[in-house]
Amino acid sequence: MTQNTHAPAPRTAPGPAAAPRGLVDVRRRPSSWTGLWFVLPFLAFYALFLLWPAVVGFGYTFTDRSLAGGDVSFVGLDNWTESLTDSAMYDSLWNTLWFTVLSVPVMVLLALGLALLTDHARRLGWFLRLSFFAPFVLPVTVMTLIWGWMYNPSLGLFNGTLGRFGIEGPEWLFSEDTAMFSVVVATAWWQVGFNYLLYLAAMQSIPKDVYEAAAIDGAGAWQRIGRITLPMLTRTTALIAVLQLIGSLRVFEQIYLMTSGGPNFATRTVIQYIYDSGFVGLRIGLASSMAYVFMVLIIAASIAQFRLFSRKEG
Amino acid sequence: MATSTPPAPRTAQGPATTPRPAAPRRRRWSAGSVALYTVATLAALIWFVPLLWAFATSVKPEGETTVMPPSWLSANATFEAYALVLGRGDIVRWTMNSLITTVIVTVLTLVICVLAAYGFSRFDFRGRPGLFALVIGGILIPPQTLIVPQFVLMTQLGLVDTYWGVALPQVVAPVFVFILKRFFDAIPRDYEDAARLDGAGPLRVLWSVILPLSRPILTAVGIFTFIGAWNNFLWPFIVVNDPEMMTLPVGLGTAVGQYGIQYAQVMASAVLGAIPLLVVFLLFQRHIVTGVAGAGIKG
Repeated sequence: MTQNTHAPAPRTAPGPAAAPRGLVDVRRRPSSWTGLWFVLPFLAFYALFLLWPAVVGFGYTFTDRSLAGGDVSFVGLDNWTESLTDSAMYDSLWNTLWFTVLSVPVMVLLALGLALLTDHARRLGWFLRLSFFAPFVLPVTVMTLIWGWMYNPSLGLFNGTLGRFGIEGPEWLFSEDTAMFSVVVATAWWQVGFNYLLYLAAMQSIPKDVYEAAAIDGAGAWQRIGRITLPMLTRTTALIAVLQLIGSLRVFEQIYLMTSGGPNFATRTVIQYIYDSGFVGLRIGLASSMAYVFMVLIIAASIAQFRLFSRKEG
Repeated sequence: MATSTPPAPRTAQGPATTPRPAAPRRRRWSAGSVALYTVATLAALIWFVPLLWAFATSVKPEGETTVMPPSWLSANATFEAYALVLGRGDIVRWTMNSLITTVIVTVLTLVICVLAAYGFSRFDFRGRPGLFALVIGGILIPPQTLIVPQFVLMTQLGLVDTYWGVALPQVVAPVFVFILKRFFDAIPRDYEDAARLDGAGPLRVLWSVILPLSRPILTAVGIFTFIGAWNNFLWPFIVVNDPEMMTLPVGLGTAVGQYGIQYAQVMASAVLGAIPLLVVFLLFQRHIVTGVAGAGIKG
């Protein structure tokens, strides 16, 4: 990107981007070097810690480089073939997708419900915001320690309480059937607060006279929610769904800490598989090709979502 | 969530912008609002259960934590578990490590993102559209997929097991450049002209005109960077192996192994791990709420 610095535009030239600006501004435009100096520190970090690893990582995919060191040789497309034909890779992709499918609706609808409650129970506003958002600021390990303890099949709060009523609770995190659901529930408790605040802010920016007019026309509270609040939140819902989808696809930490990917790899996500291959199996090349497969999928999903989102807007 | 009930008309029309309840006015409680407030209170209490249960467990004598059925209150409540956890010292050490790395990340992120956003917003230079597109494109790259080459880079730079190794890769936050630039773009240029006529240079204009007008967004970006860096798990988990250098989330992850089945101690460490950011949250609650609104909706 540095080649751009060699040909600064003449000071007075109001480059194409400056057209709509005021006269005063154009006259006093600082030299074109100035702007570059301002963006340079960020670009330096960006290039070193994001772009460079991305490029180098792509190079690794064609080698048998090991984290343990040793000779590195070129292996062509072997890593790509291996990651694209590995059934465990597809299993972890499926687990990631399954977590996303389960968590996105929960995280959107739950946030909407809690925000509607808060928006109407105004007198409890402070207390409700505190309780619904506070878990969001907890470190992931605090969350997983607490939920792991509550989920404990023989000693935990859930099965202990069910036991009082003579019900034998499930194995929660220790059964292939319930592990993913349990993780989703814990995740919802932990992370829903952010979406909830987005909804709450959107609700409170709906002009009050719209509601007053509806009330005068005899609309009940449910009608006002159905006819005014929800329709006016369409854009917010689209935004939250997009952010949540991309966030859910990147899941790793809480699942890794709660189940280590088990039982029997039933909850191993792609990121964990990349981690396992690179830092446990020490195969940097293979891990990098997996990472690239996954990166392409996430970027494609993000772009598709943003397309959809901006079309809705337009 | 479908259980919310019709609110009393008056509450729905109250002053929406102030989060505090309106001035106390005599009002009748309809059946609907009683139900609404009951459901809201119940939901909030359910949300508190995990934290309350962690605390309840942490103040039990170790022998009582595994008694079934579980009880919420112990007749022999004690802070012994806290004394034992704190006495080991590592949780204090991890908290300090988290504080140092988080402050580095937050300060550096704010500085470089503000400068870049200002540069992109107020100056023309060759290649600006291309560079800005490059930055925006970075938002799409999930940093989690770069852990392997990033770790190799940190090994080559000799930054494994150091504060800088934990902090530096977290500083790159293209999304904040985007958000800040949009905010700066919306500030009318007339404000700057007066300062420029007084002979203020670009840095002076940024410092005394743009930044004071951007305090809400700067606070929001600062708080979210802080929370994000404090709670980051994956990267510190990878770049730190030395228990002395672990951040709080990573160190706590080893707590289960360390304390084994000492559940009171595990929960005491969880509670201690929760406290710093809960305090930050309580102090900055209003900024966080408006920050989400500003960054998410308008930003």
